[in-house]
Amino acid sequence: MSAGTAKLNVTVAEVKPINDLVTRFKFVRTGGGDLPTFSGGAHTVVEMQDGDITRLNAYSLMSNPADRGAYTISVRRDDQGRGGSKFMHSKVKEGMEMVISNPVNLFSLDLRAKKHLMLAGGIGITPFMAQMHQLSMMGGNFELHYSVRTASLGTYAKELAERYPGKVHIYHDDQKEAIDLKTLLANQPLGTHIYVCGPKGMINWVHSTAEDMGWPREAVHSEEFLAPASGKPFEVKCAVSNKVVQVGEHQSLLEALEAAGIDAPYLCRGGACGQCETNVIGYDGKFLHYDHWLTDEQKAGGKHIMPCVSRFEGKTLVLDR
Amino acid sequence: MTIQFNDETFYGDFTFKNSDWAIKRFPFPFHEDSYMYSVNMEPHKSYRPGSVFERTFDVDEHYVSEMKDRARVLANDPLRCQSLPHMTLAGWDLVELIMEAKAAEYPDLFELHKDGNRWRWINKPLGIDDTFTFLDESTLPYGPMEYITRQTQGDFAVLDQRDDNLWMDAGMVTTQADWSLDFDIGMNFFEWHAPVPKAHEMGIFVRALKFLLNIQQGQPARRLNWTMTVNPLLDTSPENYHKWGVMKQGLAMENIGEKQHLRVELQTFFRLPRSNALVFPIRCYLISFNDLVTVPKWARRLHRVIRDLPEELATYKGFIDNRPLMVEWLSQFDDGTPTSDGIWPDDD
Repeated sequence: MSAGTAKLNVTVAEVKPINDLVTRFKFVRTGGGDLPTFSGGAHTVVEMQDGDITRLNAYSLMSNPADRGAYTISVRRDDQGRGGSKFMHSKVKEGMEMVISNPVNLFSLDLRAKKHLMLAGGIGITPFMAQMHQLSMMGGNFELHYSVRTASLGTYAKELAERYPGKVHIYHDDQKEAIDLKTLLANQPLGTHIYVCGPKGMINWVHSTAEDMGWPREAVHSEEFLAPASGKPFEVKCAVSNKVVQVGEHQSLLEALEAAGIDAPYLCRGGACGQCETNVIGYDGKFLHYDHWLTDEQKAGGKHIMPCVSRFEGKTLVLDR
Repeated sequence: MTIQFNDETFYGDFTFKNSDWAIKRFPFPFHEDSYMYSVNMEPHKSYRPGSVFERTFDVDEHYVSEMKDRARVLANDPLRCQSLPHMTLAGWDLVELIMEAKAAEYPDLFELHKDGNRWRWINKPLGIDDTFTFLDESTLPYGPMEYITRQTQGDFAVLDQRDDNLWMDAGMVTTQADWSLDFDIGMNFFEWHAPVPKAHEMGIFVRALKFLLNIQQGQPARRLNWTMTVNPLLDTSPENYHKWGVMKQGLAMENIGEKQHLRVELQTFFRLPRSNALVFPIRCYLISFNDLVTVPKWARRLHRVIRDLPEELATYKGFIDNRPLMVEWLSQFDDGTPTSDGIWPDDD
């Protein structure tokens, strides 16, 4: 087999602070050689060995997909988060060896589109950077509308405006600039696809505005990775492996299963892809479903849980793992 | 390893034949004495040196003749190869996947030399030595998918992934078990599987689609499928049913061993990196009943599988009328001895 393995061993080639919140990391293959090609919108899952805890966070690849020499990601420090971004900012140094996953794309371009209209908020800019590289190489038609808090926190805004003149529009919150979405959507040519990546509120706003204006559901694409929520500790019985697992306050159910050595598949670790869907055998209590995957009926049915982001409160939970 | 390529036909005088080497490595599809659908996927990893599972794209003694047969079918019916405009990038992904794999795994047969985007591809069995610019269609004699699949055994369905579904938006299909690319082009996964009996009620397709949508770069998968074909025909297309359908009527105890072939598809699945599309190569292997029964375990097992197969499946696979004859002929080779688990001959 010439195909690579699921995991890639990489070395940190560069750690570059971009502004007060965002730092960029560049990875090259440990021992040299090309990394796999990828498609714009793909992410990689970065494994972080933080003391006894293994953290696995997904980050969008922002480098040129045609450049197989290195991957770059940008990480926004989240001081309220569970520690993944803080680890990246404080512990990861140049020369360090790390393990990342092969690229996975859950936010790919629809290559049938006559035009790609991209809407980014904050750190949601990163997948679009790779997509714009790809589209400009293929002669694709695209336009970016990018909302930032301030000019100094406008990650890559200036260089994007220079790289793609006439195609990039920046909106500064502190100057009361905002995307006029209705006008923007009303003036798009037939065959346009919309892509949005940013805070939850922005994603919902774009979906609902487009729907109200009669855009087909298939022409609106979004990506939002949830960070697993913290919550009360709980206990879970795993029927297949015959283990009882404690889930800590700041731990996800998926992380607790992995720490107990239980085989649990995953891809995005953010409630979007469906890979970790787990059957519930029995329960007495209440599910806290946070994912985007299960339907409302499934969430109410009590037969499925997405262990990457969802939690449980109550007496007993028995899973088919 | 040097392969001796056969000079043979898959139509007309049907001079196709398997050598002892090809019989021994035939991908017999039944791991037990009965058969029912399942999502029988496994990782497409190199397995059992010499077997059809060893290489990413298996090349065997039929390679050169199969490629001639493909060119013949395409000359008569160019719609066997189609690619919707948004699938060109996926075609280039396929060029890269096949060229890199074949050059690495069969260095005596294929060479790939890269100088940036300037690539030189040498295919010794077919006498090809082309230099072209990667991602520039104007530098190849055909579109990228057609170019490389005219040089690779097996059919290819190239599936676009969007809206949580897969779409049959490109393909090269000349060795098919009675389905039509021209009919299926542009359909989604559920639409093109609509004719398959039983599997929908069993929830097979919902599970299979979920599995396929999650196939990742660097982690290809594979499965085997099978049917029956009278005469070693690669092209059993609906377009040509009037030519091959009648062949099913001439079977008798005297000629079934020679004419009846078990047809096995090695289906593999790869995520394509630039386009995020999925490629689904469907490689067809044929073996006559006469050759198959030279392996005693396969003879006993095939008799039991065909005898006990649910009627809907025998009908869907197109051999319900000939089943009694097949079972009668195969029963000569089944003394009731138990068969061992797995697909491999016992003498291994």
